[in-house]
Amino acid sequence: MEQRQVYMDHNATTPLHPAVKAALTDAMEAFGNPSSLHALGRTAREQVEDAREKTASFLGASPDEIVFVGSGSEGNNTVLSILACASRHCTLRRDRGPEIVTTTIEHPCILETSKCLADRGVDVKFVDVDAYGKVDLDQLKDCVNERTAVVSVMMANNEIGTIQDIKAIAEIVHGRGAVFHTDAVQAVGKIPVNVRELGVDFLTLSAHKIYGPKGIGALYIRKQVPFCPLILGGHQEKGRRAGTENTLGIVGLGKAIEMRAAEMDDEAKRLLELKAALRKGIEERIPDVQFNGHPTDCLPGTLNVSFDGAEGEAILLYLDLEGIAVSTGSACASGSLDPSHVLLATGMPAEQAHGSVRISMGRENTEEDVAYVVEQLPDVIARIRDMSTAYKRDAQ
Amino acid sequence: MTTRGGWVYSETVKDHFMHPRNVLKDGEVYEEDGKGDVGNVKCGDQMIVVIKVDKEKGIITDCKWQTYGCASAIASTSILSEMVKGMPLGQAFNLSPKDIARELGSLPEHKIHCSVLGDKALRAAINDYYKRNGMEDKLVIEDARLVCQCMNVTDHEIEEAVLEGARTFYELQEITKIGTVCGQCEPEATRLLNEYVKKHFAETGAATR
Repeated sequence: MEQRQVYMDHNATTPLHPAVKAALTDAMEAFGNPSSLHALGRTAREQVEDAREKTASFLGASPDEIVFVGSGSEGNNTVLSILACASRHCTLRRDRGPEIVTTTIEHPCILETSKCLADRGVDVKFVDVDAYGKVDLDQLKDCVNERTAVVSVMMANNEIGTIQDIKAIAEIVHGRGAVFHTDAVQAVGKIPVNVRELGVDFLTLSAHKIYGPKGIGALYIRKQVPFCPLILGGHQEKGRRAGTENTLGIVGLGKAIEMRAAEMDDEAKRLLELKAALRKGIEERIPDVQFNGHPTDCLPGTLNVSFDGAEGEAILLYLDLEGIAVSTGSACASGSLDPSHVLLATGMPAEQAHGSVRISMGRENTEEDVAYVVEQLPDVIARIRDMSTAYKRDAQ
Repeated sequence: MTTRGGWVYSETVKDHFMHPRNVLKDGEVYEEDGKGDVGNVKCGDQMIVVIKVDKEKGIITDCKWQTYGCASAIASTSILSEMVKGMPLGQAFNLSPKDIARELGSLPEHKIHCSVLGDKALRAAINDYYKRNGMEDKLVIEDARLVCQCMNVTDHEIEEAVLEGARTFYELQEITKIGTVCGQCEPEATRLLNEYVKKHFAETGAATR
């Protein structure tokens, strides 16, 4: 019998939506350069602009506020790098000093860019989070001042799923005259996001987290907010991002967003039910577990759980042998020696972080999948704990 | 966890990971002649190795282990526990991670450092046996030599850093902070770095993928 395959690593990436796959196949025929004036070029241009309109309308933005980029990482790098430009001649910052405020739980593409800017003389402040991964708003207020060029706070965390109160954060930032960016790569298409209601100046999204292709993302840039391109040398995207448009990727992103608009609400309800069942199953069948992240302000499909005395990479690989794909915050899986910076930032002890697993469900997961995981997981954990130096059963 | 359609580890690693041999079960009574306990859970890996010794012949007759560790730690210690049965103490003491990796077929290079804990714990167990039996003369103290006077970095720490992936002096500095003050030790540190890279990573089955 074929082994059951259960993919529960949707925060890492997602399979293509069948409708996206079909759209991509069709779009492959139209190879024109959107900048060309002939018929082939015009067809490609129409496809690109159609995708831009879908993306804008899904976010409550206008089409000319959307710039397509090569990835979520590129979008995030762009915003931080241009707004914290340390050049004395930079016209973007005017009177505001080169200072960045972000948080301790951001994606590495924000953290690494911040550290690189710090090496170049930019002051970077990292705001702490509480045990649930919620940003400390009082500390944020203290950090943002007249020198702050940009504040960047992720909308939903990739590891623990915690959703920030972006509207409140944007108000704090704007109250102090700074520009606000949110990395919404994990949020857009999973929870409702409206840039006008939230009041953000910049927002990053990525296609491959929402059943679109890899290598394409978008940056929302609010009208009248200062901007200069990171990638120079072309008129594309109205001079905001040089390089011939990834037309195929853009079509895929547009279709993925169209499908999100149609499916997101019902899917979120379904995923919440699946998550509740998964959590209940784990709680009932496995002792000494902790659930991480915010209990309610959390992505519908994301469940992060720590197992006492069981190392995460071993859990991941035993589950992999049973056909179940998840990810872990253990150091051993990352190739570094430190466990997840997100879990440590929530104040979790290192030994608990090493034993954490992220289960992220998506549109194709079913009740049967959850039942299969609940059936397999107890044996895997018991097997690891049985040979563990760090798990001692309570003497009854 | 697959690479190019295949298991990232060899079939032997997979087999030992799925069916670890000689595990000291939680709560199991085991009257060992020597015990080694190294690493710690905070750092993500801990290993306990216990041995029984034929005192007349100086041969390891049995070996069991327990770990908080990843797949590589589990598989490498499992195979180590089989290798040392019937082995003279001196020979077992000199087993290196390279010997274990060879026996396992291959380990991804970045996982080698996960596999060193088993033989480290074994050496600790053998030393413990010597201590318990009044054979202090046989104790092998692994003396550490100070290389960087400013930042207090020893040759052992350089070796550990190499196992963690350092291949250049810069990478060594990232991990150990060696030579970040006066920088006088750079030639010696670089020499040791190359020596340890050769010792652990040259001509092994440690396939770099």
